[in-house]
Amino acid sequence: MTVGATTFKQLHLQGVRREFDAFTALKGLDLTIERGEFIALLGPSGCGKTTALNCIAGLLPVSGGRIMLDDRRVDVLRPEERGFGMVFQNYALFPHMTVRKNIGFGLRMRGVPKPELEKRVDAALAAVRLESQAEKLPGQLSGGQQQRVAIARAIVVEPPLVLMDEPLSNLDAKLRLEMRQEIRRIHQSLGSTTIYVTHDQEEALSLADRIVVLRDGAIRQVGTPAELYALPAHLDVADFMGFRNRVNGELVGMEGEDALLNIEGTVIRGRMRAASAGKAAVAAIRPDDLEPTGTDSGIPVRVEAVEYRGRGFHGVGVTASGTELHFASPYPLQRGAAVRLGADAGRVLVFGDAR
Amino acid sequence: MQKSIMSRLWVFAVWAVIGLFLINLLGLIASVVTSSVATRWLGTWLPAGFTTRWYFAAWDEFQLGDVLWVTFQAVGAVVLLSGLLGVPAAYALARREFPAKRAVMLLLLLPLLVPPITYGIPLATVLYKAGLGGTLTGVILANLVPTVPFVVLVMIPFIEQIDPRTEAAARVFGANIFQMFVHVLVPMLMPGVLAALLLVLVRTIGMFELTFLVSGPGSQTLVVALYYAVFASGVRAVQSIDAMAVIYMVTTLVWLIVALRFVNPTQIVGRGKRPAA
Amino acid sequence: MSAVLEGRAEGPTLRQRLAARGIDGATLLVLPCVALILGLFIYPFLYGLMLSFEPKDGSLFGNYARFFSDPFLYGTIFKTLRLAFPVTLLNLLIAIPIAFRVRLMRRQRLLTTLLVLPITLGTVLVAEGMLFYFGPQGWFNRALMAVGLLSTPISVLNGYWGVFISLVLTGFPFTFLLTLSYVTGIDPSLENAAATLGAGPAARFREVFLPLLIPGLAITFCLSFVQAYSVLPSAVLVGDPAGATRVISIAAYQAAFEEYDYSMASAIAMIMGAVQLLVVVAVLGCRSLFYRGPAAGAKG
Repeated sequence: MTVGATTFKQLHLQGVRREFDAFTALKGLDLTIERGEFIALLGPSGCGKTTALNCIAGLLPVSGGRIMLDDRRVDVLRPEERGFGMVFQNYALFPHMTVRKNIGFGLRMRGVPKPELEKRVDAALAAVRLESQAEKLPGQLSGGQQQRVAIARAIVVEPPLVLMDEPLSNLDAKLRLEMRQEIRRIHQSLGSTTIYVTHDQEEALSLADRIVVLRDGAIRQVGTPAELYALPAHLDVADFMGFRNRVNGELVGMEGEDALLNIEGTVIRGRMRAASAGKAAVAAIRPDDLEPTGTDSGIPVRVEAVEYRGRGFHGVGVTASGTELHFASPYPLQRGAAVRLGADAGRVLVFGDAR
Repeated sequence: MQKSIMSRLWVFAVWAVIGLFLINLLGLIASVVTSSVATRWLGTWLPAGFTTRWYFAAWDEFQLGDVLWVTFQAVGAVVLLSGLLGVPAAYALARREFPAKRAVMLLLLLPLLVPPITYGIPLATVLYKAGLGGTLTGVILANLVPTVPFVVLVMIPFIEQIDPRTEAAARVFGANIFQMFVHVLVPMLMPGVLAALLLVLVRTIGMFELTFLVSGPGSQTLVVALYYAVFASGVRAVQSIDAMAVIYMVTTLVWLIVALRFVNPTQIVGRGKRPAA
Repeated sequence: MSAVLEGRAEGPTLRQRLAARGIDGATLLVLPCVALILGLFIYPFLYGLMLSFEPKDGSLFGNYARFFSDPFLYGTIFKTLRLAFPVTLLNLLIAIPIAFRVRLMRRQRLLTTLLVLPITLGTVLVAEGMLFYFGPQGWFNRALMAVGLLSTPISVLNGYWGVFISLVLTGFPFTFLLTLSYVTGIDPSLENAAATLGAGPAARFREVFLPLLIPGLAITFCLSFVQAYSVLPSAVLVGDPAGATRVISIAAYQAAFEEYDYSMASAIAMIMGAVQLLVVVAVLGCRSLFYRGPAAGAKG
């Protein structure tokens, strides 16, 4: 029954659209994924990332566009014909089957002979370190164990493509870190291709080879974690990457790649990321990169609050016009004190209003 | 995602069965209604003419005024009493863990699992022995047997979803159990109580077996009167029986429509998954 | 006890000790309700049971001996089963595929409301309507003849099939709504998971849905069966109450209200209850062979 390929070179999404009645969840995705890549689909809830994953899996029919494995069209196939593996957010383990039966389900559906099935299930159990739990029902396992069963069930059929839908969102923080490493390890040892949906940028940054940032059903930026972290191409992406401070200013000039931005009377230098039609622009700066200058340059603020953060201090200041700025300080500051804040030009991103 | 011919056929077959069922059901109801307003209806698709006189005839022949009054009294008392008995019991069962709780739950489930005709005969025997057979009181008592447990079982999940800290707060601020019930719980529970009682109302109007077994000449509700009318058909004109059936239908459906504003249709079957909030 | 009454400082009071076991003022609220069921359900049942052993002829098992020696009486059990079993099975078999289809619908309410109609209207009204609708001049026969499926009207009334149809009309909605609530209780992501693992529609039903549904379907079967088994009004009105559809409830009713033999009537009611209990226990016994946990997907 399975016609899905055991291997492929490239997966292409070509203008994939999905509409729910009047609402357009995906506005035409174009993306090429290489074999062996770990791709993270990152975005806030409602951005269409899960819809995209379900379209690839075949659980939702596409409203337009095509999904191609090399030169074979897969969007017309039913999910059971695609041969992909999928890990669900709530794991979706079959509650009436033992761990062993759950993991062997895909192989059984493919008609794999019993001795080979047992061998492969044992190998998968070993891969997720659950040999001792094989005869239990899912209801008797902890969240992390259930998660590992779900992963084993998806990978045991050696799918060319593994789809993961926020698999770690139901786990507590400590377990999440452990499972992250586990997922990365399994991906590398299998050499499979993985598409991983998440809303957690830390997860995406640490796991993925490439990150696809989605917003309102469209791709905002595709890039390696380092590219996205240092140079987000869009204000939304910057927002997602931890550029918590956004300050409105006026463009007063360019010096090579650098833009000069006048913020409430102080000129700040930053990297131009998106062109501006007029003079208005926004500077985005991570709190960690914004520090008191100790000189009379920088944006003047009044200190509102200071918190001790172990290595240093985290401050909140307010500019004359009332904009809140979060900054780092190596030394404590008094509430109400007047300081000036500045950042390296390479750490300040300037986005024009033509976004 | 192309569907095969087989799956299309399958879908068609499923809808055909639903359609067939509904057509026959609605046809059946429509023929009762049509007959009740027919002057003469023999051997044709539609009757020769239409009239409302059968309704007046039925009203007099079957003393529907009395029957409706009895129905109203019986149903009203059953609804009120099942609320008064059922809601507090549901509260105790939802909030307290006590030794005999499982036994009490089983006790309450039994009258819902055993069909009325099975326990109705011994119950009628006892009521007749006690001199309550054939009286309105007997009818009300018999009908309470399935309705009180029904209210309890519908209300338990509804009470469980209310944060117990609200009640704790009321107690801390000095309300005793009774005050807490009246001022805190009842207002919060009102939607659930309303839903449960409307379901009791609909079920009691339609409850044939129990009422049939314990009622006497002066204590028949509308369903029982309808049964006797159909049973003795031939004595009266078919149309006036149909007119009575329509009156019965209207009494039931009015309340059904009211009830459906507050509850899910599946709850009428008795397995409310989630009370309508 | 005396310590409590004297109010000594040591030890909790009786009230506190009871409260620690979960018994306080609020718990007592359950008492009126329990008293009602004990008085109007348990007591009559026990009374009926005792009464059934006090027949007119004075012997202990006289009623039961009479019932099981008279074919006119013991035959009612088989006549009832012959109606109740096929009807319940048919209702369940139709209800499952329809519930699976309706599960996917977003507007279920109209359909479920229509289906609730016959339950609310009750067996008496349905039987009354059937008398005309399925009669020789009724719309049912007319329509079939107009289409050419029939040359002469068929008569379903006053016999087995009349009662059968009335039980389907009132019983199917009940069975369906119960089935639907079990079907929709299954986490849809389980089906998706099975699909991505290569299971086609038939395999998904066989491997995932059916095992998870069996417990619910068993309960649905029991409740529907018990309803069909205790049929009374339609067996009288659209059946053949002296012959093919002389069901056990008719025998009980006649004993009580026509022969005024309450002892015999109680005995028949007890036999009726016992048969129902046997079927329920048998069905639920089979159920325990299957998985019986939450069907919503395991969550840690």
